[in-house]
Amino acid sequence: MRRRVFAAALAVVAVSSISIFALGSGRFAVLAQEKSSTSEVKIDNFSFSPATLTVPAGTTVTWTNRDDIPHTVVSTDDPRVFKSKVLDTDEKFSFTFSKPGTYPYFCSIHPKMTGKVIVQ
Amino acid sequence: MNDKKNDVLLHDYNHDGVNRRGFLKCMAWAGTGAFCVMKGGVLNSYSLSRVSEIGAKEVAGELSFVQISDSHMGFNKAANPDVAATLQVAVDKINALSAAPEFILHTGDISHLSKPEEFDSVEQILKGAHPQDVFYVPGEHDVLNDDGKQFLERYGKGSNGAGWYSFDKKGVHFIGLVNVLNLKAGGLGTLGAAQLEWLEKDVKHLKHSTPIVVFAHIPLWSVYPEWGWGTEDSAQALSYMKKFGSVTVLNGHIHQTLQKVEGNVTFHTACSTAFPQPAPGKANSPGPMKVPAEQLKSVLGITDVNYVQGQHALAVVDSNLT
Repeated sequence: MRRRVFAAALAVVAVSSISIFALGSGRFAVLAQEKSSTSEVKIDNFSFSPATLTVPAGTTVTWTNRDDIPHTVVSTDDPRVFKSKVLDTDEKFSFTFSKPGTYPYFCSIHPKMTGKVIVQ
Repeated sequence: MNDKKNDVLLHDYNHDGVNRRGFLKCMAWAGTGAFCVMKGGVLNSYSLSRVSEIGAKEVAGELSFVQISDSHMGFNKAANPDVAATLQVAVDKINALSAAPEFILHTGDISHLSKPEEFDSVEQILKGAHPQDVFYVPGEHDVLNDDGKQFLERYGKGSNGAGWYSFDKKGVHFIGLVNVLNLKAGGLGTLGAAQLEWLEKDVKHLKHSTPIVVFAHIPLWSVYPEWGWGTEDSAQALSYMKKFGSVTVLNGHIHQTLQKVEGNVTFHTACSTAFPQPAPGKANSPGPMKVPAEQLKSVLGITDVNYVQGQHALAVVDSNLT
């Protein structure tokens, strides 16, 4: 849980251009939890969780591969909005969604794995 | 084939002649028209349409080759922390065959992460194999990050497009296909228009009596589409094969042995030399199956294929690594 708050705090800091010194402050940690506590997507058991993630514009979403098998996070749009390198176990990929919209994506190695990020 | 003792049933809990591993091997046969027989303590897999043809001659054919698959060099998780060792065991098994096979087919996922050193390790280990000739097709793990460029540079000499090719051995026409590139969201394996066009031309001039062996990584039949175990346009590819009397399709990807017969086409999938995967739908996901270390080698394997010239029948005999 601490890890999630920390990651979320990072996202908010990135968005609001607040100095990095704000990190670790209890106030910002709480704010972060309220605003973008679901900015993480876990890759587990060959699926993205949550499969649909809704976030405010400006949120940085981080995918973490918890599987024993490598996966990728690749935008389905043409042209592609984002494309990760291959993520081995416990590796992460982050992307900051600045514009509102729906961003479908999939694992290009296991294309049955799909998800989307809705940016409001 | 020698040394099949591990196919002997050690624990027959249900008293039905099938142990768990045997069940994994056999389960696809049960519903799709194939026959598993225990003979002299050896579990052999034969399609129903071939049952009447089974004979000692087929085991000692005029052309034999070995299929290995899914080495996943670089994988080091609990399901198998030493994939180099199990590949080496596969090579040892090949070298122990009473008559050296003509060549080896590797049906992809040579590497785990497409790293040059992973490909190097596999090549190094396979240098110790007899025969030396190895024919490859890529798995999705071999084309990560570069759309297959590295694979093509290493193995694609003389091939077409993204690495597809064909060759003839002793009257048998072999076709290596690539179905792991340009995968679409929500979809399955894909051959693509350019490869299909090439394939149609490649088989057009062949006599109907020519035995055909098609090999590709992802199954060219719908094993379990929910897990992506199938190829979108395989039906189109197989439609070009209708005129032939004997078509055998060899695939990897699913890390277990399954067999299916459909008309003139016999489909087989091979075990992985690295780690097993669950039977279709028998787990939450197709991730690596963790089995006790002492059982691991019993679920990894090689497939020997013997072709008897003139009879147009292929007998596939599965062997595991212990």
